[in-house]
Amino acid sequence: MQNRRETLKQSLAVAGLLGATGLFPQYALAFSKAAFDAKTIADAVKAYGASAPVESKDVTLTAPDIAENGAVVPLAASSTLAGVKSILLLVEKNPNALSAKFDVSDAIEPNVATRVKMGQTSDVYAVVVTADGKAHYAKKEVKVTLGGCGG
Amino acid sequence: MADPMRIRAQASGDKAVVRVLMSHEMETGQRKDSAGKTIPAWHIIDVTATHNGKQVLSAEWGPSVSKNPFLQFTIKGAKAGDKVAVTWKDNRGETRTDEATVS
Repeated sequence: MQNRRETLKQSLAVAGLLGATGLFPQYALAFSKAAFDAKTIADAVKAYGASAPVESKDVTLTAPDIAENGAVVPLAASSTLAGVKSILLLVEKNPNALSAKFDVSDAIEPNVATRVKMGQTSDVYAVVVTADGKAHYAKKEVKVTLGGCGG
Repeated sequence: MADPMRIRAQASGDKAVVRVLMSHEMETGQRKDSAGKTIPAWHIIDVTATHNGKQVLSAEWGPSVSKNPFLQFTIKGAKAGDKVAVTWKDNRGETRTDEATVS
């Protein structure tokens, strides 16, 4: 069971990760370098200017419990929320937290899947931003046996 | 020039599931070669998908998307015979578009 402190901490963490995307006011460039460059949650919090995301049952993150190969970790995010604008996939302990951002139009279902690299065991977040600017997230820990970022 | 993508779009009911397999190195910029020099990042930054010419999905990717990336999404209201096209662009400015027909 989560206590309030943990929940708050997580909210902050996700806020940080989200901030990394530079999602809200200053989000103008096709590829936002700053978003993908943000390395730590602290860095990200500085860039963040919107309300903290809340954990939501309406967001589903599908990820393996254990990934044998960190170079290929299948992730899928979906949501039952209305008016989904974008879906973000973030890996907390990667050198750059943000992996992918999907801008979802009305013509497709808020349900995307891809594969990401993970350097080490970490929490993975799926953040869903709806048209009213609210952010919802789901998270899951994925244990990585062999990292996919080194060389 | 990059290798073609493999796109499969399958209609089921009033929607179509599109699966895309792109061929790309997706170098992170974190790795070092045997001489200890960092291998520069080379990865897809931008992906767009269209359904009968209308854009339905755009995505921004960082270097942490896997090599030879896989992408799956579901288009509402798509039927057999519709055209689905996917375009990617990487950070070297290379781009590739491939098209498939919903079956």
